[in-house]
Amino acid sequence: MSVLGAPAGRIGGDPMAVTVYIPTPFRKLAGNQTYLQADGDTVGEVLDGLGAKYPALRHMIYNEADEIPGHVNIYVNNQEIHTLQGKDTPVADGDELAVIPAIAGGATVLTPEQVDRYSRHIIMPQVGPSGQRKLMEAKVLVVGAGGLGGPVALYLALAGVGTIGIVDFDIVDLSNLQRQVLHQNADVGKPKAISARETLQAYNPDVNVVLHETPITSDNALEIIPQYDIVVNGADNFTTRYLVNDATYMSGKTLVDGSILLFDGQATVFVPGQGCYRCLFPAPPPPGMVPSCAEAGVLGALTGIMGSIQATETLKQILAIGEPLIGRLLLVDALAMDFRVVKLRRDPKCPLCGDEPTITELIDYEGFCGAPFPGGVHEVSA
Amino acid sequence: MAVEVRVTANMQKLLKGQKSVPAEGPTVRDVLDDVEKRYPGFKEMVMTDGQLHRFVNVYLNDEDVRFLEQLDTNLKDGDVLSVLPALAGGAGNHRPA
Repeated sequence: MSVLGAPAGRIGGDPMAVTVYIPTPFRKLAGNQTYLQADGDTVGEVLDGLGAKYPALRHMIYNEADEIPGHVNIYVNNQEIHTLQGKDTPVADGDELAVIPAIAGGATVLTPEQVDRYSRHIIMPQVGPSGQRKLMEAKVLVVGAGGLGGPVALYLALAGVGTIGIVDFDIVDLSNLQRQVLHQNADVGKPKAISARETLQAYNPDVNVVLHETPITSDNALEIIPQYDIVVNGADNFTTRYLVNDATYMSGKTLVDGSILLFDGQATVFVPGQGCYRCLFPAPPPPGMVPSCAEAGVLGALTGIMGSIQATETLKQILAIGEPLIGRLLLVDALAMDFRVVKLRRDPKCPLCGDEPTITELIDYEGFCGAPFPGGVHEVSA
Repeated sequence: MAVEVRVTANMQKLLKGQKSVPAEGPTVRDVLDDVEKRYPGFKEMVMTDGQLHRFVNVYLNDEDVRFLEQLDTNLKDGDVLSVLPALAGGAGNHRPA
C-alpha cells in the first residue's frame, strides 16, 4: 500500500477524507473494491462510517463488544494503530488506512502481500490467519523429490509451509520428466534437490527450502528427521520405506505415506501408537517379486493425484482440522477411477510399535529388505 | 459362497488381464484355491507355505483378514476380497538391486 499524502492540519469543519485499503479476503464484503474512500476525524470514525455502509465488513472489523478483534490490525500510513492512539488516532486528509487480518498478540503479523497471497486460505474459517501462521511456522520433510515428493513439495510451498526439507541425492534424468513436476527440460543433469529448491522458491520466495543431498540411511535418519514436525514419504524403494517408517516412529513424528505403481496408489497417515508401515506390511517382498516403477511403469498423472492427497493430509495435520487418514488406507485405482478405504490397525505383534517391541533402534535395512539403499552408484533408469 | 476377488494393476497379468474375478468357497483359503484352479500361478504371488506373504494383505470388504481369522475367515455371498501387495514406488529413478 502506498502513502497517498502527508498528514495535513485541519482547516475547516469538514471531516478528513481518507483512503482505506481492503485486503482480498474482505474485498467481497466491500463491493469488491480494493480502495474505499471514507470520512472521519479519527480511525474509529472512519471505521464506523465504513461499517454503516458495509455491514458485512463491520462484522469483520468489530467484535460483539464493538472493539477491533485481536486478529485484525489497522494501519494508518503503514503504522499499526496500537502503536499510535488506537481508535482515537487522528487522521488527516489523504491518509491511507489498511485493514489487515492478523494474529492476536503475535510478534509477527502477516504482511499485506502474504494476506493477498494466502487469501484463499485465510478466507476459510478452518484456516484463517492463525491457521496460515501455523503453516508458515511448520517444518515438513519430504523424502524424495520425484513423482510423489514433487507435487507434495509444490503444494506445501504454495500453501506457505515455512520450512520444507528435501532428501534426494539423485540427478534429474530425461525419463523423470514424464511425471516429476519440480524438474524441467533444462534441469536434466542437475541434482534433483537443487532443481527442486529453484522451482519451489520461484513459486514462493517465502519458503525456506533445506536440502539434504544424501541418501537417507541408518547413519543420518535420526539426525535429519527430528528437525521436522512431519515427514512425507515419497521414497521409491522398500529399503528406504522401512527405514523412514522406523526412524519417524522413533522420533515421535507423524508420517504421511504414499506409494504408487502402474495405475494403483496407496496413501495413509501413521501417527506413533496408531499403527505403522510394519503393521500394514510386516515385511517387504523379496527383490523382484513386486516390480518398481522403473521396471513396470507408472501413469504420470497418478503421481499428481497421490502426491496431492499426501499434501492435503499434511496440511490437515498442521492445521489440526478434518478427519485424517489415520487408521485408514486409501486405495486408488486410476484405471477404474475407484477410490476405496480399508481399515488399518496397529498390530499388537508389530516388532516396532506393538506391545512387545523388538526393534528399538535402527536396524540393517539393506539386510532386512535384501536390497541396498539406492545411491551408492547412480544408475539411469530405462 | 460366491464372492468377488479383486487385484491391483500389477497383479492383473495373473488373472489374464482382469481386475476382478468371481470365485467360490466358504473361507478365504478356499476362495484363493478356487482362483488358483482357473489361474495357475496366482497363489504363488499371494501365499507361501500355506500362509499369506507378509508383503501381501487380503481385505474382506474393508477389513484386513490378518485381524479376522486369517485364511480361515468365513465368507458370505457377495463379499469382496481385495488382494493388495506392498508398493514401493515413489516414482523416483532408482532401480532395485
